[in-house]
Formats: sequence, structure tokens, C-alpha cells
Amino acid sequence: MTNLFRISVIVNGVRYEKTVEPRMLLVDFIRHELGLTGTHVGCEHGVCGTCTILFDGQPARSCLMFAVQANGHEIRTVEGLGTIDKLHPLQEAFREKHALQCGFCTPGFLMTLVPFLEENPKPSEEEIREALAGNLCRCTGYQHIVEAVKLASQKMEVKP
Amino acid sequence: MKPAPFEYYAPTSVEQALDHVAQLGYDAKILAGGQSLIPTMNFRLAQPSALIDLNNISELFYIRPASDGGVLIGAMTRQSTVERDPLIAQRAPLVRAAMPFIAHPQIRTRGTFGGSIAHADPAAELPAVTVALGARYRVRNKSGERWLPAEEFFVSLFTTLLQPDEILVEVALPPMPPRSGWSFQEVARQSGAFGLVGVAALVTLDNTPSGRRCQQARLVFLSCGEKPMLAGHAAKTLIGQAPSAEAIRAAAEVAAKDDIDPSSDIHASAAYRRHLVKVLAARALTEAFARVNL
Repeated sequence: MTNLFRISVIVNGVRYEKTVEPRMLLVDFIRHELGLTGTHVGCEHGVCGTCTILFDGQPARSCLMFAVQANGHEIRTVEGLGTIDKLHPLQEAFREKHALQCGFCTPGFLMTLVPFLEENPKPSEEEIREALAGNLCRCTGYQHIVEAVKLASQKMEVKP
Repeated sequence: MKPAPFEYYAPTSVEQALDHVAQLGYDAKILAGGQSLIPTMNFRLAQPSALIDLNNISELFYIRPASDGGVLIGAMTRQSTVERDPLIAQRAPLVRAAMPFIAHPQIRTRGTFGGSIAHADPAAELPAVTVALGARYRVRNKSGERWLPAEEFFVSLFTTLLQPDEILVEVALPPMPPRSGWSFQEVARQSGAFGLVGVAALVTLDNTPSGRRCQQARLVFLSCGEKPMLAGHAAKTLIGQAPSAEAIRAAAEVAAKDDIDPSSDIHASAAYRRHLVKVLAARALTEAFARVNL
């Protein structure tokens, strides 16, 4: 007899109530139960970064959390960053600088970058590379991603 | 793969958690940050029949000044919180220095200070750092609590003195002695990857009028054995000496030769690890002694 838990989670501002097994990973909950497939599954052990989401505003690996742990908490995924008609400045910068090819790693990079740029609005290249060390890309070689972050930090600069 | 089925408990107090561990014993695992446990469950290397989730026990999340001038850290305190805390920066700068080496920022928002210690991965930074600082760990079970010195806590790979009915609840960092310096060094192939070798160093100079002899040298290596390796032989060569470049070089050689037990694996050979120990010990000691404020 499987034990099931009822959970209530706010995702991108919308409240969801679902019933889950404890062993369901948060990333699988987001993808299968909520249909938000922008968050990806890569390594399932925390090193690749494709599953990165914001959990109560903090970047976290959704493959290393269980859905039951999200009960009562707030999650933001890439779907909550921008829409096709109104991209987030980071998404615009990624497009402008050709910082994605297959795009598989991109949501993870974006969700890592949102809190990073909030805390470090004018990062150096070294700081950017260090901050992105937890996100792997097999296509781009990272250079354009770094350029996109620099461009985004300029776009997002709060003018006095 | 996905984890095997398990029973799930989410206590909201330490008392409740202790009831669960007492009842469930060996079959159950504590879920703290989950950043080490859940990967093993995803691979089914670990298949605990039950998880006791401590993330809803707010009384375990804190950083407080200790009356002796040190710091008390609740076991569930997030690594990212410790990384940014001003009290830690002031009273335990060695901890602050090590934090960025722990995996990646996204891991540190969930990983906990106590969890890393209780998990006792030989490649972990916090066990080595807290051993170097001479920390003590407070451990509770249903009948009471005990304090365990960090130096004695680690028995072997992923094995500590924690009994199945016990939970680590607090880490007490002593105040840094006067005339002390510190350093943390680690080499890894990528930023955030597991350290091939790392070292946490705490040195203290004596108070004699000539004023520049080593009174204490705590060098603790990670990834050089089954547990944090405290370099006792290297320390002996330094105590009572002035910390010259020559003395440091000699101590580093002793550390590499006598104080570690590295293994060869796909990441590095034992010989390379010994080489890294010699290099990092010298760097750490040099930096630590330079940091001493007389």
C-alpha cells in the first residue's frame, strides 16, 4: 500500500494542490504533474544544473528534492520568467548573444542567473564564470553565455 | 533511475524527530539538505525504508554568538546562510573561506552545516574545517544529549560516532585564539567539483617576548584518507619553531609523507595526492602565518 501525501505548492504565482508519493522528485512533479516541462532532468545527482529552479527565491536542484518537501513553499521555474511576447532581459540577452543552441541547459542557466544578478548586479567575468560553474553546457563552449550575462547586467542596471 | 519507495515523516520539533529515530532505528535515514543523500537514492545505492525530514524543524536553524566568544550553529542551518553570515565572517573566518568550495551555490541553498558533518564524506570541507577549529558537536537522543569533539567524531568513510537513535543538533565553534591565522586551500578539476585534496589550517603564535614561535598548528586534510586527516607529525615539526619558509617546507614534506593515507582512484593517483598535500600544506601554512595579527 503506497502512502500518498497531499501537497499545496505555489508555482509561478499559481497555487496547485496535488497528491504525490513521497519518492516523487520535485523535478518530476513540476514536469509530469504540472506540465511545466521547461525544467529539465539531466544527471539526477546535482552536478549538471538543468533542473535548477527557484525555491522560496533561492536557486536549488529540483532533482535533489522530493515534491512533498515543497508543500507550503513557492517555486519559480523558467516559465515564470517571461513570455514569448515579453521576454525577461536575461532571455533577450541570451538570444542576442547566441548563448543557446539546443537550449537544454538554458532554463537552468537562467534560473541560476536571476538570483545571481540580484545579488551581484555588476559582476566581473571571473565572478560570472564562478557563478555558472554549476551549470553545464555541451553546445556553446560558454563564451556566448558569459557575454549574454554581461549584456543582461547592463540591461538590468537600475538607473538612478 | 528513481528512488525506491519509502515512508516519509516530517516532524516539526526535535522531540518528534527523536521519537521517529528511536522507533525506526537503522532502517530510517535523516533527510537534512538531501544534497548527498538524494543522489544516492536516485541511483538506488541507498534505499532507506523511511526518511525523517528535518527541514520543518525551525528550532534547528540558527547562528548565535556563544558566551565564550565562539559561535553556535544549528545543525540544519543552510550552508548559503553560513556563507553570508557576519558573525561567522568575524569569529570563524576559516569557515567563511571554505564555503565557496562546497559544490555550487545551488547546492548550498539546501545543504546544511550539520548534514555535511553527519554524512562524513572524506572529500567534504566542513568536517575538515571543524576539526581544524577544534569544534564540538552536540548530539541528542530521547534520553539526553552528549558533546563530541570533532577530532574524535569521524571513524571512517561515511561513518561517525552517531548512533542510529541520535541526531546531530548543534555545532559549537570555539573562539579563535589570539595571535592566530588561518587558511583554506583546495584543488579540484572544475570549480565546485569534489576536491582532489584540500586543507584547512589554523596556526597560533606564542606570547613570548621574542614573540614569533609557533604554539599550535592544526592542518587537516580532506580527500586524503577515510576521514579528515589531522597532520600531527607536521604539527610537531613546527611547534616551538619560528615559521620560516624552511620550517614550513619541512612541515609540508612531513605531512605528505607521514600524516595522510590517500588512495588512488579515477580522479587522482595516491602519488599525485601526496604531491598536492606537499604543495597545499606549504601554501596554507604560509598564508595562515601571514594572517596572524600580533
